[in-house]
Amino acid sequence: MGKIVLKQVRKSFGDVHVIPSVDLTIENGEFVVFVGPSGCGKSTLLRLIAGLEDTTSGVIEIDGKDATALPPAKRGLAMVFQSYALYPHMTVRKNIMFPLKMAGMDIEAATKKADAAAKVLNLTSYMERKPGQLSGGQRQRVAIGRAIVREPAAFLFDEPLSNLDAALRGNMRLEITELHQNLKTTMIYVTHDQVEAMTMADKIVVLQAGNIEQVGSPLELYNHPANAFVAGFIGSPRMNLLEGADAQAVGAKTIGVRPEHLDISTTAGQWKGTVAVAELLGSDTFLHVNVEGHGTMTVRGGGDVNLRHGDTVYLTPQAGKVHRFGADGKTMA
Amino acid sequence: MATQSSRATARLMVAPSVILLFIWMIVPLAMTIWFSVRIYRLLSPERSGWAGVRNYTWFFNSPDFWMAINNTLLLVGGVLAITIILGVLIALLIDQPVWGQGPLRILVISPFFIMPPVAAMIWKNLFMHPQNGLFAAVSRAFGTEPILFLQNYPMSSIVFITAWEWLPFATLILLTALQSLSSEQLEAAEMDGASALSRFRYITLPHMTRAITVVILIQTIFLLGIFGEIFTTTQGGPGSASTTLPYMIYKQALIAKDIGRAAAGGIIAVILANIVAFFLMRSMGKHLDA
Repeated sequence: MGKIVLKQVRKSFGDVHVIPSVDLTIENGEFVVFVGPSGCGKSTLLRLIAGLEDTTSGVIEIDGKDATALPPAKRGLAMVFQSYALYPHMTVRKNIMFPLKMAGMDIEAATKKADAAAKVLNLTSYMERKPGQLSGGQRQRVAIGRAIVREPAAFLFDEPLSNLDAALRGNMRLEITELHQNLKTTMIYVTHDQVEAMTMADKIVVLQAGNIEQVGSPLELYNHPANAFVAGFIGSPRMNLLEGADAQAVGAKTIGVRPEHLDISTTAGQWKGTVAVAELLGSDTFLHVNVEGHGTMTVRGGGDVNLRHGDTVYLTPQAGKVHRFGADGKTMA
Repeated sequence: MATQSSRATARLMVAPSVILLFIWMIVPLAMTIWFSVRIYRLLSPERSGWAGVRNYTWFFNSPDFWMAINNTLLLVGGVLAITIILGVLIALLIDQPVWGQGPLRILVISPFFIMPPVAAMIWKNLFMHPQNGLFAAVSRAFGTEPILFLQNYPMSSIVFITAWEWLPFATLILLTALQSLSSEQLEAAEMDGASALSRFRYITLPHMTRAITVVILIQTIFLLGIFGEIFTTTQGGPGSASTTLPYMIYKQALIAKDIGRAAAGGIIAVILANIVAFFLMRSMGKHLDA
């Protein structure tokens, strides 16, 4: 139904090779998140799959058929854009019905489908409004509604939540996850927010400079990052990456310790430092500690940690939680 | 502008310009109305006095008058149709990324910089002239008789020349509207299965309605008063075949030297312009709301 296979897909704009070469298999029904820093080519990759950009070379297969040269409409995919891209002069109903109208479906059947989609998305009372009269979250839902009615082989989301405020983003994240569980359709979701990636994905694809750094489930990436880039990108706050004598002691170029894997002590420990900033969140306390020889390290402690700016603190990594990276940045066995 | 005193000050500050603008408008209008009901002929200054509505009735009884009204509307309608249809097409064309886009756009805009009498002279002498014109040369090359544009098709020729002058304006406004259309909307429509024609019909054209409305309103205002093109090409002829209302008023004022009748014609023109404006605003005003 919605299996998508990329074989040595390349994309160049003139001399700029945005995507050097990508091989990727997305199974039917999977929720796949492309994540990476801005400019890493994740949106371009999505647009290649959508057919909005021409592939320079390589093959894109959808449901086992070569779709590389197919126009977007023939690929059976639906896309939700960052700006929602609603049609401003049409009502919500007409927006949702537009793809059906273009497919030549008769008005009655199309209305029925649009109403059904609106019911799922709680849009029933807004059907006669124009997009300009809706809030950000409602517009987002209309865009999703327009995608659902087509019953596509896969949904493509291009940073759909980045224009929403934090609270709404949390809600929509849940709604999209629920939608995926109900529809069981393949979804490809692009974001630069690793929290979205961790919470929503079945499978995360971490991209950097057009290359796939690692593919895996959220916890796989968290526990066993393939290299220092993935280790630093996945997890919040970021993993502490240390170089120098401490790394050489375990035979690595760089070692990494996550903030939550550092024990805090006021008397003794491996590294000594002073607290620069203490962020008290109630449930947790994030300490930004200036460690001699290593700069600032981030530590996560419980809500009961009672340290303030200027206090001396000792940090010790928990046994078995230290990641070692070689000179090439790859994780050492 | 929140407090009472700031509102009062604002009114006080704006008042002089409002009063000046009001005088600027009302004095000429009042004088025109006054002259339009007087007998006022420059060639027979000894005759004066009240004319009543005779200046007006002269217009309505003149066979040229209805033709002039017809020609005026034909000119406005014809130029609007040509400039908007071609303007949309050219705007679509030069919105495409092509090599030399900057100079190309300047070339497209340039007719607008040529003053109307000059443009009309160029068309009259270099293109439409039966002996020296380019069109005549083309006709002869194909072995046919040169078309006498200004003799046989005076109104169409003037519509064509005026449309040539105003096409850049329409193109420019429509192009800016086109450039403000988000590409994501077009891409979304493409994903939704809309063909190029449907994308134009359902996305691009609705997006351009407001710009088209602006073009129609502004052009109508200017086209109702077109004079220089007619003066330099056909002089309203042959006969009265290309006489419009402004040209008819000119003929009364400066050829027949009858100020009274010309003033009456002016008032009729004002009324006509208001009727046109009323219908335009009624049918298009809603497109101007955000």
